[in-house]
This record gives sequence, structure tokens and C-alpha cells, in this order.
Amino acid sequence: MLTLPIYLDNNATTPLDPRVLDAMLPYMTKMFGNAASRNHAFGWQAEEAVDYARDQIAALINCSPKEIIFTSGATESDNLAIKGVFEMYASKGNHIITATTEHKAVLDTCKHIEKQGGKVTYLQVDSEGLIDLQQLEDAITDKTILISLMYANNEVGVIQPVREISRIAKKHGILFFTDATQAVGKIPVDVESDGIDLMAFSAHKMYGPKGVGALYVRRKNPRVKVTAQMDGGGHERGMRSGTLNVPGIVGLGKACELARQDMASDTARISAMRDRLEKELLTIEESYVNGSREHRLPHVSNISFKYVEGEGLMMGVKDLAVSSGSACTSASLEPSYVLKALGLSDDLAHSSLRFGLSRFTTDEEIDFAINHVKEAVAKLRDMSPLWEMFKEGIDLNSIEWAEH
Amino acid sequence: MAYSDKVIDHYSNPRNVGTLDKAKANVGTGLVGAPECGDVMRLQIEVDENQIITDAKFKTFGCGSAIASSSLATEWLKGKSVDEAMTIDNMAIVEELALPPVKIHCSVLAEDAIKSAINDYRVKNGLPALELAGSHH
Repeated sequence: MLTLPIYLDNNATTPLDPRVLDAMLPYMTKMFGNAASRNHAFGWQAEEAVDYARDQIAALINCSPKEIIFTSGATESDNLAIKGVFEMYASKGNHIITATTEHKAVLDTCKHIEKQGGKVTYLQVDSEGLIDLQQLEDAITDKTILISLMYANNEVGVIQPVREISRIAKKHGILFFTDATQAVGKIPVDVESDGIDLMAFSAHKMYGPKGVGALYVRRKNPRVKVTAQMDGGGHERGMRSGTLNVPGIVGLGKACELARQDMASDTARISAMRDRLEKELLTIEESYVNGSREHRLPHVSNISFKYVEGEGLMMGVKDLAVSSGSACTSASLEPSYVLKALGLSDDLAHSSLRFGLSRFTTDEEIDFAINHVKEAVAKLRDMSPLWEMFKEGIDLNSIEWAEH
Repeated sequence: MAYSDKVIDHYSNPRNVGTLDKAKANVGTGLVGAPECGDVMRLQIEVDENQIITDAKFKTFGCGSAIASSSLATEWLKGKSVDEAMTIDNMAIVEELALPPVKIHCSVLAEDAIKSAINDYRVKNGLPALELAGSHH
């Protein structure tokens, strides 16, 4: 039995896995202790649970448990990494390199750094969404202290060449931070072989709870430190004060354990469904996949349907919970800056849908989604004067449109 | 955003979608908007010898409110005289469809499409184009 609407927005957030919930529940009621309470059993229990979660997380990303700093989520981790490095390494330089397709949590933090007197280079991406390694290397100056490039993009799922990036960073003695929120738990991420110095990720993108995430901070080769962004009790090796969110951390740990255990089988199933969805939707005339299909997360597909308008399309696929390439901000529709950075025109960016599958997505749901999108696009094109003109061979660029 | 029931109704069951023969002398065509702005409306009227609009068709590329505004416009046009049609005001569309402020431009576009179709019909039939006074932009 299908329950509508169907959730295909798993890059925004994922449902909590019931196995994760089961692990968390005791820490909300009976075992409620503060992990920093050193003198009674409640505190010890909580601390033990946190340490166990650290081990589970460390096993997934191949680091030492001591290198995990718990935070409230990826946005905080991004802030802590970038601002923390900028402040800690101020004597070495003030230049950061990032890219135009980063998440707002990185871009806005970089804007903040610029206001503080820092310099930021924003690398462009190609039509596939990938950065150019030569451009990266050329952007490095003797003031560069940090390269901040995401592991995989949240809108198109494109995976950056992380190992090549870290090699360049290492060669120049620069720290490499990656926002891996979309990647951790979905594809193998190994901070050692990937050469990552700092890495942000979050529980709720991998079937864990909202409000908890982590920042990986390398302790050896090189030893990395970040300046705390909140003052307080000096938790998390002084880098992040605040009473630990024990149930959340237990959930993140369990989510990592499940990801490690199920990744291969989940990926095989999910990518087969994604590929089927994509293949079917591409049978629609004038539909295009956005971003690299080769270097891409297994559960994402971002497709533009030309000659249909984005908001109308969203209304037409009301039985699907998906994201569109339009951010409806007040009066005007703003096309996605990520799709624009890939070189898409406004109208193609507006008419895109992002499908994000999960381990709970079923074949039946994919069948429904395929038909639903096909019907909506066909209906809107029947109503679209642009589609009619296209079919008559009229070049839309030859028409003098009355701007309004 | 939440759409009104009337917008949803027009979006789900649009009235008078289609194309009239624009080569005919008694058919007026208005094409307004621009693809990069996210709305293009084409509205057509067919007029009989008594200056009565006997048929109206539309095609719209745009959001649900734009589709509903043009669908409603075609409903209102049929049976009206050309002169009466000229008096259709965008605010009447806003009211009928309960459009929120951010969607008022959809109704403006529909009014422009009506006037543009009427003018096309007038010019084709040797009448001067009417000054589109009170244009909202």
C-alpha cells in the first residue's frame, strides 16, 4: 500500500531508522546522566555511551575516537571548522579557498570571514559541477591556510575529487576541510586515505536524529586545532563547550554503525532504483540530468524538464515530496545558485527536480513517482505556449519577450 | 505556499486550454510575459460579427496562479463583447482566485494578455490599437 505523498527528499533529511531510535530511547529516560558528571553512576553511564558512539563513528570514517568533536549538526561543524581554523592559524595567513557550489553554511561562514578581514577565493565549477584542480592549485598563495571543499553536493550529488584535492593541500602545507554531510554514511569516506584534516557531518542525513553532528579534527600528521566558537565548560577537548546531547550522540553512533554494516547492500538497491527512475524520466523529451553522472552519490538524481515552469511542476507533482531548483523567496523565484554555477539558464534551473532516495524507498514508490512526473510534465506541456512553439520549430530566442 | 481551492481547481481542470487559428481575421492573439521571468501567457479570442467573443483559448507557462488566472480569464471572456472585455480588471481576478500579494503579477499578466489579444484583433480589422493606459508596470 502506497502512502502519499511519497518522500523523495532524502538530501534534505532522512527518517530516523527504528533501530537508531531503539538505541536512543533509554538515554532519554532511565540513563539521563550528564556525561561530564564524574562522581556518580549516571554520569559514568552517559560517558560510556558517548565513548561507544565515538568508536562507532570512528570505525565508519577510519579515524581515532579522540578526533571526533560532537556538535549540533553540520552547520555548526562548518562554522567551527572555518572560523576556528581562521582564528587559530591567523599568524600563518588569512586566505581560504572554497567553491561557488558549497552549502550556504560554508559560503555564509566565508562571507563572515571576509568581513573579519580574511580573503576568500570562490572556485568556479564546470558544467558537471566539478572543480578544476589546476585552478585550485593556482589559487594558492603564501597566505592560504585552508581549502574548504565539499565531499558531495547537496543539490546534484556530485562528488569532488577529494583525494586529489588533499594531495594538493598537503603539498602546500595547507589544511583541508570538507563538508561531507551528504557523503558520510552513503559512500565510503576514509579520512586517512582521503587525506582529510577536518570534516563536518550530521546524523539526520543518515537515518539518525536531528540536532546532532560532528566535526572530525585530525590529531596526527598534522595535529590540527580549532579555536572554540562558544565559551563554557571546555567540553570536547576545549573545542566545543556545552553539555553533550547524549541520546543524539548515541543515535549518531548507531546510525554510523548501521551505515557501515549496510552500506554495500543499501547502495546496490538504492542506486538500482535511482537508475531506473532516471532512465524512465529521461525518456521524457527535452529532459536533462544536472551534474556529473559518473562522479555522483548513488541515491540522488537532479533532472530538468524544459518548457515547464518549476512552481507549476511542483504543484503538478503534489504527491511527491521533492525539492525544486527554485527557491521561492518572497515575490520572485530565485533559481538555484548551484544549478546556475553549472551553467544552467534560469529557465532550466527553475524546471528542475531533485530526487533523493533512501534505504526506505520502495520499488512501488519509484513506479508511482515515474508515472506521476511523466503525467505532470505532459499536462503542463500541453498547457505551455513555449512547448507548442518548440514543437513548431520556433526559436524562442528569436522572440522579443516583453520583460515584466 | 498554500493555494486557494479555486486556484487548485483551475490548475487541476483548466478551462479552454488550446489554440485558435491565429491567421484568421476574427482571431486576436496576445502573448505576454517572458520565459526567464517564469511566466508566459498566450490568450486568444474569436470574435463574431456582432463584436461578441464566441471562443477563448489559452496556453500558459507558469505557476499554478498564472495558469488559474488565464483559465479564469478565458471563462470570463466568452460571451462578452469586445468592449466589455476591455474592462476586465486584474483585481477582479485577484479577488475571485484569492491570490496572495506575491501572485498579483499573475493577474496583471492575465489582464495584459486580454488587452493584447483585443488589440491584435482590432489592428487586424483596421481599428487603431487602444492605448493600454494604467499599465501596472
